[in-house]
Amino acid sequence: MTLGPHLLLALLEGTVGGLVLALTALGLSLVFGVMRIVNVAHGEFFMLGAIVAWYVSTTAGSFLVALLVAPLVVGAVAVTADRLVLRRIGYEPESTIVATIGLLYILQQVVLMTYGPYARPVAAPVYFRIDFPWFGYSGYKLIVAGAAGALLVLTWVALSRTTLGLYMRATQQDREMAQAFAVPVDRVYTTAFAVGAGLTAVAGALIVPVQQAHYLMGLDALLMSFVVVILGGLGSLRGTLVAAFVVGLSDGVVSVLFSPTLAKIVATLLVGLVLAVRGRGLFGEEGA
Amino acid sequence: MTRERRGLVLALHLAIIAVLAGLQLVLPPFHHGMVARIMVLAAYAIGYNLLLGYTGLMSLGHAMFFAAGMYGTGLTIHHLGAGVALGFLAGLVAGVVTAAVVGLITLKTVGPAFLIVTMMLAQAFYLATLYFNEVTMGDQGFILAGLHLDLGGHRFALANPAVKYNVGLGLFAICLLGSLWLVSSPVGRIFLALRENEERTRLLGYNTARYRLVAVVVSGLISALAGAAYTLLFSYVGSTFAGILYSIYPLLWTLLGGAGTTLGPLVGTLLMTYVVDVASGITTGYLIVVGAMLVVAVLWAPAGVVGGIRARWARWLP
Repeated sequence: MTLGPHLLLALLEGTVGGLVLALTALGLSLVFGVMRIVNVAHGEFFMLGAIVAWYVSTTAGSFLVALLVAPLVVGAVAVTADRLVLRRIGYEPESTIVATIGLLYILQQVVLMTYGPYARPVAAPVYFRIDFPWFGYSGYKLIVAGAAGALLVLTWVALSRTTLGLYMRATQQDREMAQAFAVPVDRVYTTAFAVGAGLTAVAGALIVPVQQAHYLMGLDALLMSFVVVILGGLGSLRGTLVAAFVVGLSDGVVSVLFSPTLAKIVATLLVGLVLAVRGRGLFGEEGA
Repeated sequence: MTRERRGLVLALHLAIIAVLAGLQLVLPPFHHGMVARIMVLAAYAIGYNLLLGYTGLMSLGHAMFFAAGMYGTGLTIHHLGAGVALGFLAGLVAGVVTAAVVGLITLKTVGPAFLIVTMMLAQAFYLATLYFNEVTMGDQGFILAGLHLDLGGHRFALANPAVKYNVGLGLFAICLLGSLWLVSSPVGRIFLALRENEERTRLLGYNTARYRLVAVVVSGLISALAGAAYTLLFSYVGSTFAGILYSIYPLLWTLLGGAGTTLGPLVGTLLMTYVVDVASGITTGYLIVVGAMLVVAVLWAPAGVVGGIRARWARWLP
């Protein structure tokens, strides 16, 4: 293949990767925006989504059911963690970080002890290839991209058109003022945490047919989400989306043309440099 | 701190070093080796604590300082055939350079951004140790055989358990007493002021950026010293030590022992190394104790062991 087709493949991979990354990182961004906490266990919710999807689709035999069950199970785990731990420490920023690191290891090791150290795939629900003159491309990947895109739009609409979305935006802007206007802030916190976990669980479930489910897959998801959320500016959903595309595309291009490891190094260093120049990220709010 | 208290504090620290020195005479071989390792890792935790406990900066990337010391030492010995002393020095230089770069990059970050950026940079460092595997041997790592230390006309083999223990003890003692001196010095007071309120400290006329940078570099230096010592005493260099787990360990050790206490890092490291050792004999998922202990620490023991003792019985503990 010459450079042209190579670049086309890279751009395709990058677009798909960018959309999935946006969906993965959206939950982290939402949780930070609404609750002002950094959830280090975010990647484990992604991993749990993938693992649950594997369990459900192998036992129930339907990947679509798995796609619905995964966010519900993971959301329930998130609610439990919120009630048992995060609420008790009053969402204090540093304690929350430590607690979610703890949660990261608890979830990851429980999966290791039950599911085992294997990387297991799920058969894609649909099989077709899109043939370009130079290479064939998996049709399922395009469906993944479409589904991720649809969920992003849906989240956007939910945030801007529903009462819950209004509550979330109010809590994000001024927690105390929201409470004074009878917004049930505690419940909004729990919901935001569960929705954030659920969204990333869907992303995890969606990519199982492409990437396989493994108990260590959460760390990469976490780091890439951090890259995106920081680049976009902590607390800015729009920034997260834009950054996910930039990072997804550059990751795709560097991965295809050079090496995936180098792509990750570039992305992480990029974050460091952006923050060195602009402490609050590209679209970050003042004081966030 | 009054003069008598100062004497008492110094006596307590010296007594603990003396107890560690005495322990080697009675410990069975397995625990002898464990304690030697714990002392080196406790030095690492002391470096971490300086930043978390005394300057109020929570890093999730200290593995890159530890690993900088490790690779700085290991690579110069392995590829350039340097001696132990030169290798050790190279490890310290690598640590200081890494810490200075990281300190400069993170200078503007506040709150959680500092944590995330240090984590990112450490991850880039870790991936780099894999990417350049022709030099670093990546995941597999490499072994340094037959290291020895020439001192006053004598030659000590570092593989000898007694030498290992005492070199580890010496370095630990330097780090412990050094940190005690630093936190009771005027500079240490400014670190504390940064922890309590950076804005106010700046208003008082201190160059907070400079002190913050100093804190990061000193913390990185001590961590690199521990990494270099680990390489020399346990003769192995590998990218595992640059991974995120080795950034989380010192956080856990420090929190469990008590952030912002000079003795906390030792207590936390001692406790956790044995807990992890026991758990790894029971289940493959032994790292679950790391997670559980972190949650326990935030829920029920936010001050840690030594911090709790200080709050209840001994207000004079530094």
